[in-house]
Amino acid sequence: MSAAITLKEAVKWPDLLASGHRLCAGCAEPIIARLVLKVRRGATMATTATGCLEVATTIFPYSAWRIPWIHTAFENAAATASGIEAAWRAMRRRGRGPLAKYEILDVIAFAGDGGTYDIGLQALSGALERGHDFTYVLVDNEAYMNTGIQRSGGTPYCAWTTTSPAGTVIPGKREWKKPIDEIVIAHEIPYVATVSPAYPLDVMRKARSAFEVEGPAFLHALAPCCRGWRFPPSKTIEVAKLAVETCFFPLWECRVEDGRPLYKLSPPSLAIAKRPERKKPVEEYLRVQGRFRHLFRPKRREDLIDNIQRWVDRRWGMLLEKAGL
Amino acid sequence: MREQRLLGLNGDEAAAYAIKQVNPDVVAAYPITPQTIIVERFSEYVADGLVDTEFVAVESEHSAMSCCIGAAAAGARAFTATAANGLALMWEMLYIAASLRLPIVMAVVNRALSAPINIHNDHSDSMGARDSGWIQIYCENSQEVYDACVEAWRIGEHLDVQLPVMVCLDGFTLSHTMENVQTLSDEAVREFVGERPYIKVQGHLGEAEFRLDPENPLTMGPLDLYDFYFEHKMHQVEAMEKALKAMPQVDEEYAELSGRGYQLLHPYEMEDAEVALIGLGSTMGTVRYVVDRLRRRGVKAGMMKMRVFRPFPAEQLIELLKDVEVVGVLDKAMSFGAPGGPLYEELRTIFYDAGRQPLIVDYVYGLGGRDTPPRLIEEAFEGLMEAKRRGEVVERLNFLGVRW
Repeated sequence: MSAAITLKEAVKWPDLLASGHRLCAGCAEPIIARLVLKVRRGATMATTATGCLEVATTIFPYSAWRIPWIHTAFENAAATASGIEAAWRAMRRRGRGPLAKYEILDVIAFAGDGGTYDIGLQALSGALERGHDFTYVLVDNEAYMNTGIQRSGGTPYCAWTTTSPAGTVIPGKREWKKPIDEIVIAHEIPYVATVSPAYPLDVMRKARSAFEVEGPAFLHALAPCCRGWRFPPSKTIEVAKLAVETCFFPLWECRVEDGRPLYKLSPPSLAIAKRPERKKPVEEYLRVQGRFRHLFRPKRREDLIDNIQRWVDRRWGMLLEKAGL
Repeated sequence: MREQRLLGLNGDEAAAYAIKQVNPDVVAAYPITPQTIIVERFSEYVADGLVDTEFVAVESEHSAMSCCIGAAAAGARAFTATAANGLALMWEMLYIAASLRLPIVMAVVNRALSAPINIHNDHSDSMGARDSGWIQIYCENSQEVYDACVEAWRIGEHLDVQLPVMVCLDGFTLSHTMENVQTLSDEAVREFVGERPYIKVQGHLGEAEFRLDPENPLTMGPLDLYDFYFEHKMHQVEAMEKALKAMPQVDEEYAELSGRGYQLLHPYEMEDAEVALIGLGSTMGTVRYVVDRLRRRGVKAGMMKMRVFRPFPAEQLIELLKDVEVVGVLDKAMSFGAPGGPLYEELRTIFYDAGRQPLIVDYVYGLGGRDTPPRLIEEAFEGLMEAKRRGEVVERLNFLGVRW
């Protein structure tokens, strides 16, 4: 595989998640998984937490995975990955066992927001603290989509879900999205980055960086879900792009060097940092999604839209500070 | 038979020492009383370079088992140890380890389950896991713990079996009690356990060894619905049946090496026994002592120690117990709301259509580590003799040594 990652080259690299799986039309998850897998360095193994990506790619006797793959449970993707990595490490050290010959093994854990922000947080924290050499890919569709759109710690403020319905008294989820990236960065792991399916080259470059660092790496991918966010399947990339353009979900990477987190904005967000007038109002992102419909109809909830805009501005400002901009 | 070395080891140390000699690829464990000595000793072996195992000090028992599953799926030998609430926290993963057919070995240092919190021994933890698909070996003393921790690998990895194995030892009674243990040399143990073999399976991309292999990718743990799940469960049923045959085979080989063979059941003074107690674990030492005492008084008492509870050696039990007049079951766990403890229920079940059957009485004892001295065992035998005199069981479910 060529070292330089370009779209022109990448289309020639094999897709390790085959077509024909049962994920919904318009789902962002296989886009992210395919992009990440395209830039693996050689021998690769993946584990996937219970969720859409797992159930829809593996109904027995079919499987879309062209790499060794295992699903064990919901809350333990990081722990399962720890075990795979430990097995490889032990065999390497001993120079015997079937994995001894692999100088490089890219171990990937895919998990959704439920499996990361909520039920899997402990296993994730443990694996990060222990420093296993693996890449954790959070495919964040901001709710428990596999069980039918229930709110998670990753669901944004005011979003409608089936367990945070927009009622006549309560306008959707009352809590803010948990700052998972900061929680992960606080573990002082070598590499953390946000990625979006709207920027495939950025996904691949960051995934390669994640594989290359020694120790745990964390990729936070926003995965727009047309079923749960209530937008047409043809709009996935557009919605993903708006999340970046409104700074609702900025793109950046953070390397810990000498114990200090060094943030660096990625090109789409850096362009906004340099030309702040390009930053779109968050309303443009909210308006295209049915899960925020109650902010606009039957009557416009200026107060709530303002709250969200202030949250975006505050977090964007904090990010710029951290990136020294 | 190989040369052996006598060491003073408690049950936990015996487990750790055996695992040191096996030198598995991965040990993932979390501390819980009374299992802690196992992880402490093993950590020392790692720190002193006596093993080259990857020791993963996980943040919970759930992750311990998840880590072992990941490691074993990647082709490694994986070991963990736990007790009581730790085993309960692993619950979900126990079934997954067994259903994924991963020959993990785990020492369970039996301890009462909370609430109320109690650190002492009974079998409520591992008895609750009896349906999880794990092989279960119960040990009477540290020697048996050592031997089982060596044999377990060959049993679980047997090509006809491919199941995880629990080696159960009684908390404190065994785990913290120093005993003489005959140990093999490291070389003899490593020769005996050899390398982990893999079965061949048909994957979606062709034939492959059953492990995560970058060259022959398999999908493990897929969604498996009503059209295949049941067949996969049947494989587990079959594997347990085959384990009944595989275990004595492995045991014979081990007996040649060590001079100690265990088999599935240990009858004691059963040839002409009219009354007998059956049970598991360290209490059987006390029962043996009481049997001797009763024999001296002319009572035809016997004992049936079950070393293996899963798979349940039904045929052998019927054969060995059918001519006994009254059998008392020692259950160190209670199944609340059930007719009796777990061993009692299964024993009665196998005798339902056995043609000849003894009278069967249940004695639930020792919950939360309640002491079970010879006096209580004698009380149970007296109950059996009373039933023999009457020709019937008055009270099927009895509780020994409780103020009630």
